[in-house]
Order: sequence, then structure tokens, then C-alpha cells
Amino acid sequence: MAEIRNYTLNFGPQHPAAHGVLRLILEIDGEVIERADPHIGLLHRGTEKLAESKPYNQSIGYMDRLDYVSMMCNEHAYVRAIETMLELEVPQRAQYIRVMFDEITRILNHLMWLGTHGLDVGAMSIFLYAFREREKLIDCYEAVSGSRMHATYYRPGGVYRDLPEKMPQYLKNDFRKPKELEVMNKNRQGSLLDFIDDFVKEFPKSIKQYDDLLTDNRIWKQRLVNIGIVSANRAKQLGFTGPMLRGSGVAWDLRKNQPYAVYDKLEFDIPVGVTGDSYDRYLVRMEEMRQSNHIIKQCIDWLRLNPGSVMSNDHKVAPPNREAMKDDMESLIHHFKLFTEGYCLPEGEVYSAIEHPKGEFGIYLISDGANKPYRVKIRAPGFAHLAAMDEMAKGHMLSDVVTIIGTQDIVFGEIDR
Amino acid sequence: MQDLKTQLVEEFGKDKVVEAFGELTLTVDAADIIKSCLKLRDVFFFDTLIDLCGVDYLTYGQSDWDANASSSGFGRAREAQIDEDRHDKRFATVYHLLSVRKNHRLRVKAFVDEAQPMIKTVTGVWAVADWYEREAFDLMGILFENHTDLRRILTDYGFVGHPLRKDFPMIGEVEMRYDEKLGRVVYEPVSIEPNINVPRVIRK
Repeated sequence: MAEIRNYTLNFGPQHPAAHGVLRLILEIDGEVIERADPHIGLLHRGTEKLAESKPYNQSIGYMDRLDYVSMMCNEHAYVRAIETMLELEVPQRAQYIRVMFDEITRILNHLMWLGTHGLDVGAMSIFLYAFREREKLIDCYEAVSGSRMHATYYRPGGVYRDLPEKMPQYLKNDFRKPKELEVMNKNRQGSLLDFIDDFVKEFPKSIKQYDDLLTDNRIWKQRLVNIGIVSANRAKQLGFTGPMLRGSGVAWDLRKNQPYAVYDKLEFDIPVGVTGDSYDRYLVRMEEMRQSNHIIKQCIDWLRLNPGSVMSNDHKVAPPNREAMKDDMESLIHHFKLFTEGYCLPEGEVYSAIEHPKGEFGIYLISDGANKPYRVKIRAPGFAHLAAMDEMAKGHMLSDVVTIIGTQDIVFGEIDR
Repeated sequence: MQDLKTQLVEEFGKDKVVEAFGELTLTVDAADIIKSCLKLRDVFFFDTLIDLCGVDYLTYGQSDWDANASSSGFGRAREAQIDEDRHDKRFATVYHLLSVRKNHRLRVKAFVDEAQPMIKTVTGVWAVADWYEREAFDLMGILFENHTDLRRILTDYGFVGHPLRKDFPMIGEVEMRYDEKLGRVVYEPVSIEPNINVPRVIRK
């Protein structure tokens, strides 16, 4: 009889289901995974080393590029670390704007996850539906920062500028009929807040559509239920955070348990799973989108009633406005100092964590009193999740590996840093 | 948090616990790391290891204006000044612990010797430490005793050096290009020069 042995299979890094550049070495017995060994680092850009050589403000842009589907949340952790060390007061309005954009980002991230997870598992159409809504939110990013992805919108001391009074509209061109243009610009007549308000009203219907497409879909359930089960205790051992931990039934959310910004003033619920399989994590993330929608609505209402400053008045950290610079010597000096040398943080170390769409995203910052960080360590949630790949995939079939990559919500920008 | 601080002071000693910016830092001896971590997990209920990283304190507190200018002129690139006093305290491993049960956070720091930067692995205490320790080994060159799989993780296959060490140049040591004659990728020493756009200054 022929000798039967395991064989190794190389999965990725150029595989559409590898979510970027994951290389997996799979040891397979027939079609059953014996061992999965992820090789990461193919997108390593040395963000931590780069940040050490730049003044604090110049690294905000790098944070966008970590988890490039939830850009502003990364920035939030970073600016919060700096603000904690400087003991800087951030205006309330800026805090609400941040929370609103954090939640917009959460929806952005979960829509991206839902689309690609569906694509991995074989549901093509959900991807198109998810991107339909994603487009609108990316327009909000663009309206507020000028950039569709890498916003660099949060700054130590607040946010870069206030929300625009006018939502940008589509322009006339040869390919658009006037009627079409009217429809496209229908929800863009007012301010950005009006546009988001309109989105918030429509979004529950979109979630309903995703629900109809997937939640009771027989194929979807066959591919997800009981795949990659992680118990609550094991999830804690494996350093899981965010939906991965909540999917296993642990009600842990930094927005509730260790509130930052203005989350303690907002009302929302934390969904948790029961069995800790991929399907539970799917349900958790779907519910999180509904909750985020609810939070955004509350932020809009608050922001409409409370105009005001969105940036700290401490000009050692935040630039003075242009007008003041023209005729005020001190403002000019502040501006010059801030953009040539930056500002110095007191000596010490701080760890600032936020509830990122993927889990706990933390920045560990060590300062020796200089205008550049001495050491920045980025705690990426995906790193711990991917580390559990071997354990989650063991004993499953080859096709389930793809489901597990999907359910972990892997993005390589943050894992490889 | 004050309760936790009192308990930690009782258990580990007053000079080991520091509170700053609303966070607690506990310094432990590298030799006792396993014992301390087990105690923290089982007695203080720190059930999750959130983060583990290495820190290189080689140039701590030095600004660019004090350091030696490099031989390549005033691109303001400088050579790291070696601090003789820092040898036994050059490297540290830093553990960030979280107690989901008690809703506490704690930072644990253990200094390791420069000549032999080695510390026992905590993979037995928290399973998640596996990849974090591989990362700290890869980027900082700290060795974790009894770790079963201490391979490089983020850098390239066959990479030489530990990039997050302060004496590793920003621009790296080698660059890579495709050689048409040889028909393969070749590594060569870097051709670019180090440059610092904004000098590092320390102002009190």
C-alpha cells in the first residue's frame, strides 16, 4: 500500500482570499488542516522606527496607513496618547466629532469586512451592496479632511477643522444627464451633518438588506456556523479583543468599560455572542453597525446644538489661525516653532487604548522629553488574532481557513506595521 | 486603581510600583518574571496580556545637538552616543496586562542585561505572548528562554540585525535590487545617506 503522508500547501501571499499579503504554510492531511503557520511581515514598513525620527505631529499620517480601512480610529489612539502626556484639554465639540467619525469608521470597517468576508465565502453580491454605503461614508471623510482614506484629521488638541457647512456636490459633465445629477445631489443640498443625518436614516434599511441576503442564507450558515470556535477563557488567553472577544460571549468593550472621549455620555449596547463561532462574530459585527448608527445619530443631534471651537487654544501644540498670524507676532512665532521643531512632551510613558473596529488598538509611547517619541509601540488587534490562526484552523477543512481569515477581519497594514 | 496599587506595593515593595499619567508601572527582576507573572495572573486576575514589546534605552535623553556629528557633514545625521552607564539597563521588556474581570491595567517592566539580553518566555502564562516575543526578538534582539519557536516574524527571510535597536540606522544596512545579468535579486550596501530633517531637541 502506498505510504500516506501529510503535505504542505503554500497559501498566498498573492491569493485573493489572503486579504493582502498573508502567506500561510498549511500542513494538510487530505483536506484537513493539521497546522497553519502564517508568515507575516510582507507589508512591514517600519512605522515604529519611522515615528521615532519625526516630530509627533508628522506621524499622524502614518497611523492612517496602519489599518487602512479604519483610518481615523488609529489616529484617535495616537493623538490621545499625546494628549494624555501633555494633559491637554480637548474641546467638547472636537470630542463629539471624533466619536462621530470613530463610529463612521467602525461602519466603514465593518462594511469592508462584510463585503470581503462574503466574497471569500462565495457570496458575491454582498460586496457590491456594502460598497454602495461605504462610498457615502468615504465622501464624509473627503468632505471633512479632503482625503478619501488617509485623512490625518485628528490632531493633538482637537480636530483639524470644523465640519463643513456645505456638503460638496457632484458637478455637471457630458456623461451625466441633468435629471441624474439632481438625484445624485439630492441628499447633498445641506451641510455635512445633514448628509450624515440622511445616511443614518437610510442605513438601517441597508442593514436589513444585508440581513436578508446573509443571516438566514443556508449556504452562509453552512460555511460559518461552528467554524473557528473559541471559548471565552481561551479568547482571553489568546489576547482577543473587540468583536472576536465579544463573539465568545465576553461583554468587554473599552467604550463602556474604560470610556474615553465622550462615550460615557452616549447611549448604546454591547452585543455579545454565545458559542464563539464565526457566525456569532458575524452577528456581533452586524449589531455593532446598528449601534454605531445609533451613536452617530446622537452625535449629530449634539453637534447641531453646540457650535464652538474644535481645537485647543494651546498654541504650543495647536497652530494659531491664519488671520492671527498675519498681525500678531506671538502667533507667528508659535506657528514657526510648531512647524519646524514641533513640541516636546514631558518625560514618561503612556499607553492609550481605544476600541478600534477590530479590537483594542493601543499606542505605547515613551518620551524622554524630546520633540520626537523615544519609542512608539503599536498594539494592533489583528496581530493577536492572526496569531491564533493555528489554533482556530486546526482540524478544519481547507476551505474553512478562508472563513477564519475572514472572520478575524485581517488587515495587513496594522499587523505588519 | 488605588486598591490595586496598595496591593501591589504590599506584594512587590514600595519602590517597584510607580504611578504616572494615571497608569501603574511595576518593575520586576528579569529572573523572577515567571513567578511575578503567574502571581499577577492568578492572584491579581490579569487574565489577558495585551501587549509585549522590547525597548532599547541606548540613547535615552540625548538630543541631536549634544551628539557626535557624523563624518558625512551637517546632514545632521549623527552617530549614537554610547552611554557607558546604561549597559545593564539598556534593554527592557514591557508587558501590558489587562484584567477583563477586574477592569484593571498594569504595565510590567523587566530590564535585561545588554551582554546577554535574555529573559524567560511567558508563553506558558499567556498563550498570546508567542508572537509578541517573536516580534521582540526580531526587532529588538531580546532572546526568550524556552520559547519553542523563536523565529523572525516581521522582517524578511534571512534578515540580519535588529531594526528597532537604536544603533541600527534608520536607512537600514542593505538595499535590494533585481540584477538582470544574474537573473535574481541581489543585496548591496545602502547607497543613500542618512539625513535628519528635524533635529531631536529636549526642552524642559
